[in-house]
Amino acid sequence: MSAHPIAIAIFLVLFVLVSCLGFVATRWRKADLHSVHEWGLGGRSFGTIITWFLLGGDLYTAYTFIAVPAAIFGTGAIGFFAVPFTILIYPILFLCFPRLWAVAHRHGYVTAADFVKGRFGSRTLSLAIALTGIAAIIPYVALQLVGMQVVFAGLGIPSTFAGIPNLPVIIAFAVLAAYTYSSGLRGTALTAVVKDLLIYATVLTAIVVIPAQLGGYGKVFGSIAPKMLVLPHGSDTSLGATFTYASLALGSALALFLYPHSLTGILSSSSSSAIRKNAILLPTYSLALALLALLGFMAIAAGIKAMPEYASGFGAFGNNFAIPALFLHMFPSWFVGLAFAAIAIGALVPASIMAIASGNLFTRNIYKAFIAPDCSPRQEARAAKLASLAVKLFALVFVLVFPTKAAIQLQLLGGVWICQTLPSVLLALYTRWFHPVGLLAGWAAGTVSGSVMAWQLGLASNVYPLHLFGLTIPCYAAVLALLLNLAVTVVVTLVMNAVSPNRTDETVPADYLA
Amino acid sequence: MKFHPVYLLLLVPFVALLWVPFYDRAEPSLMGIPFFYWYQMAWTLLGAACTWPVYRHEERARQKEAGK
Repeated sequence: MSAHPIAIAIFLVLFVLVSCLGFVATRWRKADLHSVHEWGLGGRSFGTIITWFLLGGDLYTAYTFIAVPAAIFGTGAIGFFAVPFTILIYPILFLCFPRLWAVAHRHGYVTAADFVKGRFGSRTLSLAIALTGIAAIIPYVALQLVGMQVVFAGLGIPSTFAGIPNLPVIIAFAVLAAYTYSSGLRGTALTAVVKDLLIYATVLTAIVVIPAQLGGYGKVFGSIAPKMLVLPHGSDTSLGATFTYASLALGSALALFLYPHSLTGILSSSSSSAIRKNAILLPTYSLALALLALLGFMAIAAGIKAMPEYASGFGAFGNNFAIPALFLHMFPSWFVGLAFAAIAIGALVPASIMAIASGNLFTRNIYKAFIAPDCSPRQEARAAKLASLAVKLFALVFVLVFPTKAAIQLQLLGGVWICQTLPSVLLALYTRWFHPVGLLAGWAAGTVSGSVMAWQLGLASNVYPLHLFGLTIPCYAAVLALLLNLAVTVVVTLVMNAVSPNRTDETVPADYLA
Repeated sequence: MKFHPVYLLLLVPFVALLWVPFYDRAEPSLMGIPFFYWYQMAWTLLGAACTWPVYRHEERARQKEAGK
């Protein structure tokens, strides 16, 4: 692939500027960054607007912006489930998460596992939640680095420099690690603002210019095989793809705010009202995502897959190369540089929040809970910073050592796993009827069954065809595992509550209102 | 927060989007975009519109609470 000097220059300028911003952020709303509350939650000080940028940059990752159109490009309508998914998260955000924010604010909880420990007094359950969070997030960080690799390849930056393989992604990683370490969530929030402005500029331009060049939306959709445009309906023997679509949207929506990085974004806001407002304002990102998703069809209409100049990119990254190739094909070099910078910076923001979130989990629920109960706030913050560094390093090594496919597969598993923390976190916001032993048993049942289902599918898909009374139910494995999880939780809770009821709960109903 | 019928609005997007066979078709298209796509895109904004009255309700309830 040939290099694009102008695009690379614009890309580098933007990337360097934003990275500097990440370092400058230590001075923004100056505070003692040697505490987890300041470093890892930005002092819980972000108002509606910064929260909007931060959560927007956090939830709609660079990888999302590459992978969703890629799914449409490859498989058509089913890939669009990301849109209902990202709509349905907001009623859930609005209803449940102000409660979590309130109780976390009252008791100084930094992670979901902190809340679980306070609510049920069980270190073991809290550890299970923390480990699930960390395990689910590492492949997510890895995918952000994959997103960067795709962009670098699109720019024609050789992956080996001065004899060092993968140097560009290693440098990008070092930048990310350094500013996350020094400024914590403040740095991320500032870069998120720039990233989102760039993303919106890119999306708006792309959805106007590309269809115009291709002869309008009618012509674009007219050139797609009609079978790709809608889902095949179910039959007497199978609930079909329409059911799969709904289960993917619902299961993903239930899981999203259980991810540590989502929670970090939520808990860093200054009031529960900022969260409620964002449940109304954030759907603008879903609209942007939907419009970007349609670019997948435009990539088909433009016929980029058959163009020899993009063959090596498709060879290396599969359909994930569709959007970079479309941009290269459609836009002048300077705009390609801007768009790709948007994607690469768009990878830094969530990767940084994810690393911070896992650092928080490690320091609060593993280090302080099991290793050094008497550590000072300074030591606690230090452990979080080091853990966030370790998570990033792990993700980097993962990307460099294993094929891209492995990160995608693990991320798929991560979605199944994180969903299993729903009873302990989300339902626990409303009731403490559940017994911690029941929750732990349900979590184990859900995690094991979900992993087995994914394994049986060869880790290639997350849709498990359940056969019941002669009917095939092709359902998102996370949802099936969650149903089993709930059943086990309820049964074991009934038994345990009869035998040895658990009365530990440091929260009171009023803590949840704010 | 006590239950109020306005909270039912939060369920509307779930019904509208999880009942997939309802919108799984190409016609009527809008500006060349098949129904399947523009229907769901419209719900990004309609979903927010459903949440808005609930937000207003909670703000009012909060003010009443504070005024007591």
